[in-house]
Amino acid sequence: MNALTSLTLKAALDGLEAGDFTSVELTRAHIEAVEAARPLNAFLLETPDQALAMAAASDARRALGAAGPLDGAPLGIKDLFCTHGVRTTAASKILEPFVPQYESTVTSQLWRDGAVMLGKLNLDEFAMGSSNETSAYGPVINPWRKGGSNQALTPGGSSGGSATAVAADLCLGATATDTGGSIRQPAAFTGTVGIKPTYGRCSRWGVVAFASSLDQAGPIAKTVEDAALLLTSMCGHDPKDSTSLDVPVPDFAAFVGKSVKGLRIGIPKEYRVDNMPAEIEKLWADGIAWLKEAGCEIVEVSLPHTKYALPAYYIVAPAEASSNLARYDGMRYGLRAEGANLTEVYENTRAAGFGDEVKRRILIGTYVLSAGYYDAYYLKALKVRRRIAEDFDRAWEKCDALLTPTAPSAAFGLGENSNDPIAMYLNDVFTVTTNLAGLPGLSLPAGLDANGLPLGLQIIGKPLDEGTVFSVAGALEKAAGFKAKATKWW
Amino acid sequence: MAIDAATVRKVARLARIAEPEERIEALAQELNGIMTWIEQLAEVDTDGVEPMTSVVGAGAPLREDVVTMGGDAVAITLNAPKSTGGFFVVPKVVE
Repeated sequence: MNALTSLTLKAALDGLEAGDFTSVELTRAHIEAVEAARPLNAFLLETPDQALAMAAASDARRALGAAGPLDGAPLGIKDLFCTHGVRTTAASKILEPFVPQYESTVTSQLWRDGAVMLGKLNLDEFAMGSSNETSAYGPVINPWRKGGSNQALTPGGSSGGSATAVAADLCLGATATDTGGSIRQPAAFTGTVGIKPTYGRCSRWGVVAFASSLDQAGPIAKTVEDAALLLTSMCGHDPKDSTSLDVPVPDFAAFVGKSVKGLRIGIPKEYRVDNMPAEIEKLWADGIAWLKEAGCEIVEVSLPHTKYALPAYYIVAPAEASSNLARYDGMRYGLRAEGANLTEVYENTRAAGFGDEVKRRILIGTYVLSAGYYDAYYLKALKVRRRIAEDFDRAWEKCDALLTPTAPSAAFGLGENSNDPIAMYLNDVFTVTTNLAGLPGLSLPAGLDANGLPLGLQIIGKPLDEGTVFSVAGALEKAAGFKAKATKWW
Repeated sequence: MAIDAATVRKVARLARIAEPEERIEALAQELNGIMTWIEQLAEVDTDGVEPMTSVVGAGAPLREDVVTMGGDAVAITLNAPKSTGGFFVVPKVVE
C-alpha cells in the first residue's frame, strides 16, 4: 500500500503543512492509484494534467504562506457537479458531449480553499438509483468483497463512485449528493463516512438537478473529522440558489471529539423493520450501548409516518424530476436525435438519451402531475411529507439527535435487485425521511457483518445542528474503532 | 386506478419520450406495480394538512433587478448540437 494514499485528509493536510511531502507528490501518488483502479470503474473522467497543475499551484501558495484550509488535497468530484471546461455527464448518454462553461458553487468553494481535482466520479444516471447500475457507463464495483468470494458487489448509489474512490484510497475525499440516501447508503456499503447536511446548507447551483426540493450536496470521507473539514468548505450562502440558507457556517471539525455527555439520543421504534438482518439489529444495539457509555441518555421516540416516506418520495421526486429533466430536449446542449418534425426530434432524443430507470421516473412524474391525478397523488404526497416532518418536530421535544441503521442490508451483488424497482427503492427506507424533512443525516462505519462487509449507523440531527451530529459521530467512531479496509484485488 | 396501455402511450407522449409499441405492455405493468405500492398513502389522514412544498421557510429572496450573467453567446451556444453565429439551430417549427 502506498503510504501517501492511505493517509486521512487531516493527516495529509498536516503532512503538507509540516513539509513532509508536497502536493505534487501527494497528487501523483493518487493519480497512480486511480490509474491502477480502473477495474472499479469509479472514475468517468480522469484529469491528471489538471490535477498536477493545481497541485503545483498549491505548493507555490504554501511556499508563500498563503495556503487555504484544504490546500493541496486531491479530491474526486461526483459527475453531477458542473466543472468549467471539464465534461460533466450525470452518467447519462444525453449529456455525453456536455462541457460546462461554468463551475458549480460547491466545487468552486473547494478550489477556493486549495483542493485539487483528480477527476469526475461515476454515479447512477441523474443520481437515480441505489446500486450504481443505472449509470450509462457501467456500474462502479465495490472494493469490498465477501470473504472467500469473487462476486462483484454494488457500492450503493447514487454516489457509488464517490464512496468507492474514498474506500479504495483513490482520493482523500469526494463530493456527493443525496436526494433519498445517495450519500449515506453508499457510505454504509463501503465503510466510509458520508453526511447530507440540512437542506439549503450547500448551494445547488451548478449541480445537475434531480428533485430540487430534496437534492443536497455533501462529502464522503475516510473519517468523521475529514467529513467535517470538507463540509465546512462546501457550505455557505449563495445568492444564485434561492433555497440557499443565509446562515453562518460553523467550523464543523471543532465539534468532532466534543463530549456527548448529557445528550439525549432518540431511538425511533418504527425503524425496526421486518426482515432486518440480526447483524444490523446488533450493530444498532452496540451503537446505543456505546453512546450510553459516553454519557448519553437514550430515549425511545416514535416517528409514526415512517412507512409512508418512501411512497411519498416516489411521487415527489419523480414529479420534480419530470419537470427538471424537461430541459433535455436536444436543442441547447447534449444529445440530439433526428426526427421528421420537432416533436419527433424531442421524443427520439429523449428515448435515445435516457436510460430505463430515468424514463420510468419521468413517466411516473408525468403521470402523477397530469390532469385528474394531481390532487390524488402529488398533493396527497406533499401533505404526507408534512406529516413526516411533523413527526421529527415532535421527536425533537424529547431528544437532541436520532440513532438508526443507515441501510437495511450490507452491500448486495450487482444484478441482485435490478429486476424489481420496489425492492431497490427499499434500500433508502432509513435515509429518505431526512430528505423529506430537510434534516442533516450522517452515516459512519460501525462494524462488519458475518461476510466481512461494512455496516453503517446513521445519526439524524435537528435542522442546522450538524454540530451535534458530528459530536455524536465522533463519539461513535471512537467507540466502534472501525479500522477495516477492503483487501486490494484490483 | 390501473394504468393501461393507452395511459402509458398518453403519458409517454406528454413526457416526449418515444416508447416502442413492444415496450408499452411491460411498462404498464411496471408502472402499475409502483403505483399500487404508492396507493398506501391513502391510509394517512391528511385532513386539514397544508401541502409541504419546501423545507426552507416561506418567502423567496429578492435581489436587485440587474444583469448578473449573460452577453456571452459563444459560451452559451458552445454545447449546442447545432449552432451558427451565436444562434441555436433548431428544426423548422413553422411551415
